[in-house]
Amino acid sequence: MDAMVRELSYAQAIQEAMAIAMDMDERVFLMGEDIGVYGGAFQVTGDLVERYGTERVIDTPISELGGAGVAVGAALTGMRPIFEFQFSDFATLAMEQIVNQAAKMRFMLGGEVSVPVVMRFPAGSGTGAAAQHSQSLEAWLGHVPGLKVIQPATPYDAKGMLLAAVADPDPVMIFEHKLLYKMKGPVPEGYYTVPIGKADIRREGRDLTIVATSIMVQKALDAAATLEAEGIDVEVVDLRTIRPMDKQTVIDSVKKTSRLMCVYEAVKTLGIGAEVSAMIAESEAFDYLDAPIVRLGGAETPIPYNPELEKATVPQVPDIIAAARDLVKGVR
Amino acid sequence: MAGASKAVTDSRANLPFVYRQYSAEQLREVLHKMYLIRRFEEGAEDSYTRGLIHGTMHLSIGQEASAMGICMPLGEDDQITSTHRGHGHCIAKGAEVKRMFAEFFGKTTGYCKGRGGSMHIADVAKGNLGANGIVGGGIPIAVGAALSSKMMKTGKVVVSFFGDGANNEGAFHEALNMAAVWKLPVIFVCENNGYGMSTSTARSTAVKNIADRAAAYSMPGVIVNGNIFSEVAEASYKAVERARAGEGPTLIESKTYRHRGHSKSDRNRYRTKEEIEDWMSNRDPITLFENELREFGFIDDKGIEAIRGAVAQEIADGIEFAKTSPSPEISETGNYVYTEQA
Ligand SMILES: Cc1ncc(C[n+]2csc(CCOP(=O)(O)OP(=O)(O)O)c2C)c(N)n1
Ligand SMILES: [Mg+2]
Repeated sequence: MDAMVRELSYAQAIQEAMAIAMDMDERVFLMGEDIGVYGGAFQVTGDLVERYGTERVIDTPISELGGAGVAVGAALTGMRPIFEFQFSDFATLAMEQIVNQAAKMRFMLGGEVSVPVVMRFPAGSGTGAAAQHSQSLEAWLGHVPGLKVIQPATPYDAKGMLLAAVADPDPVMIFEHKLLYKMKGPVPEGYYTVPIGKADIRREGRDLTIVATSIMVQKALDAAATLEAEGIDVEVVDLRTIRPMDKQTVIDSVKKTSRLMCVYEAVKTLGIGAEVSAMIAESEAFDYLDAPIVRLGGAETPIPYNPELEKATVPQVPDIIAAARDLVKGVR
Repeated sequence: MAGASKAVTDSRANLPFVYRQYSAEQLREVLHKMYLIRRFEEGAEDSYTRGLIHGTMHLSIGQEASAMGICMPLGEDDQITSTHRGHGHCIAKGAEVKRMFAEFFGKTTGYCKGRGGSMHIADVAKGNLGANGIVGGGIPIAVGAALSSKMMKTGKVVVSFFGDGANNEGAFHEALNMAAVWKLPVIFVCENNGYGMSTSTARSTAVKNIADRAAAYSMPGVIVNGNIFSEVAEASYKAVERARAGEGPTLIESKTYRHRGHSKSDRNRYRTKEEIEDWMSNRDPITLFENELREFGFIDDKGIEAIRGAVAQEIADGIEFAKTSPSPEISETGNYVYTEQA
C-alpha cells in the first residue's frame, strides 16, 4: 500500500489517471478536440497519443454536440469514454446530449442500461479569455438528476476522483479549474480512488466553517492562515462533489462552528451557495447558527476581458478574509 | 468599402476582375488596408510578448486577401459576423486600429470598452456585429441579420466569416439550410486555412472541399484562392449581387493559410516548417497583390513605400492611443449586463 508519493501538477495527475485507466481497462478511451498531437488546449492529455495511438486518443472534429453524443452512445454500448471539452463553456453546445440523453437514459429505460461516460470540463476565469471562455457552469449540470458532478481541488483528488469516475457506472462530469492545472501537490503512484460524494475537511477550526469548491478551496486555506494570526479559527470544507452533495460533513461542521460561509467562483445567486445555505437551513444545524450565512461568489456579470475587472469579478483571498472577520465579529 | 463600379476602360479589358472594376485609388487603398491588418497583428503580437496585452489572440497573418476581397463589394450598411480570428475582418469592414488596440489593452476607448478583448472585437457602427469566441457561433446570427434585412427591407447583405473547423458544427448546417429555404441575403465565407487548431480538414471533414457542402443546401458553392485578392473579390461581388437580387445565399470557400500558430500557445506540432515556409515565401497574399498592382501599373515602388510608411505611423499612433487611454473603473464591473434604463 505504500505507493511512492511524488509532486505532480494537477494536469499531470489527471494525465496519469487517464493512462492508468487505459492500462487497466481496454474499454477506456479518450475523445476530444486537439487532444492528440496538440496535447489538449491545456496539455492535459499531453503525449498520451504517442503511448496509446490515435485509436484510443481520438481527435474529434469541432463538433461538441455530436462528439458528446458519440461518447454517450459508446458508453451506452460497453465502452468507457473520457470526453474532454476544450473549455467548459462549450458544454452549452452539447447540453442536449448531456442533459436530455446521458443523464436520463438509465431512468427512462427503467434501469435496463447505464451510461458510464466521463466528461472533463476545463473551467473558470483568470486567463484573460473573456466572457465565452471563462465561465463556471458546474451548477447548471449539478441541477440535473442522473449526473454526478465533481470539482477536485488538488492533484491528489484530481487523480483519485477521475479514477473513481471511470469506475462509476453513471455519467460523471468533472470540472477542472484552469488555474489549478499547474498547481503541484503530492500524488501517489499507481491506482487509488477518492470517493465521489464525499467532502473533505481540509482544515479544522472552531469559529467558522467555510465551504469552498475548486480553486476557492486554496483561497480559503490562504485566508484561514491569515485569520489564524488574528485569532479566528477557520474550518475549511472542500465540497469536492456538488451532486450528490455530502450534506452530513457540512452539517456536522456547522454544528461545531455555528457559522457558515460559502465560497465559489460561479455567479453568486441561484447556485451552489444557495443550495448549501438552504440545506443547512433545512437541517438540525440551523439551530446552531450564531450569525446569518454568508455567500461569496462571482459577480452578477459575464467575465470581463480587462484583467483588473476580471479579478474583481470573482472572490479573492482578501475578500474572504474581510467577510470572515465581519461574520465572526458579528458585523452582519 | 466598395462603391460605384468604374467604367471598364479598354486598356484594362484583359486584366483580372478587380482591376477592371475598381479605380486605382480604391485598389491602392486595398493594399493600404492589407498592410494595416498585417502590421496591426504584428503590433498586437509584439505588445502581447511585452506583457501589455493579456489573454490570448488568434492572428490572421497570411489571410489578409480573404478579408479584404470579401469586404470589397460590401457597402457600409452591409453587415458581417466574424470569428476568433477576426482582426482582419474588423479592419476590412472599416474599423480604426487605434480603437482596436485600445480594446486589446482593455481600455474604455476600445470598441468593447475593455470588456471583450481580441476574441470579441466588433465595430457595430461599421456593420461588424462581432468576432466570436464560439466556433460557428456567428453563422446563425448572420442568418438572423439577413432575416432582419429581408423583413425590414433594408437591402443589407450579411457576410458570415467562419473557419474550416466551424463547418463541422451543427450550427453551420442548420444555418445554411434556413438561409437557403428562406432565400436570405447572406453569404457564407469559409476561410479554409487547412486546420482547425491542430486538426487538418482531411482528418476532420468528410468532403474534400467545404464548398461541396453547398450542394446539400441547394446554394452555389464557390472555391477561390483566398490569397489572391482579385479572385476573392470577384466571387464576393457575384454573391453580393445574387443576395441583393433576392436569389439567396452563396457559400464561398476561400482557401488560405495562417502563418502563425493557432493562438499564442501553439507549438505547431501538426504541420511542418517546410509547409509554413512555402506559404510564407511563395503565396503571401500581400506580396501577390503588390506584384499585380505594380505589374498592371497601379502603383510604383514609391507608392508602396508611402503606404508602408503611413501604416507604420498609424500603428505607432494606435498603440500610443491605447497605452494612454483610461482603464475601466472596478466599480463599473456591472455595467452593460443589461440595457441601462433612463
Ligand atoms: C464551440 C467551440 N469549440 C471549440 C473552440 C476552441 N477553438 C477555438 S478556435 C478553434 C479552431 C477553429 O478552427 P477554424 O474554424 O478552422 O478556424 P481557424 O482557427 O483556423 O481560423 C477551436 C477548436 C471554440 N472556441 N468554440
Ligand atoms: Mg481553420
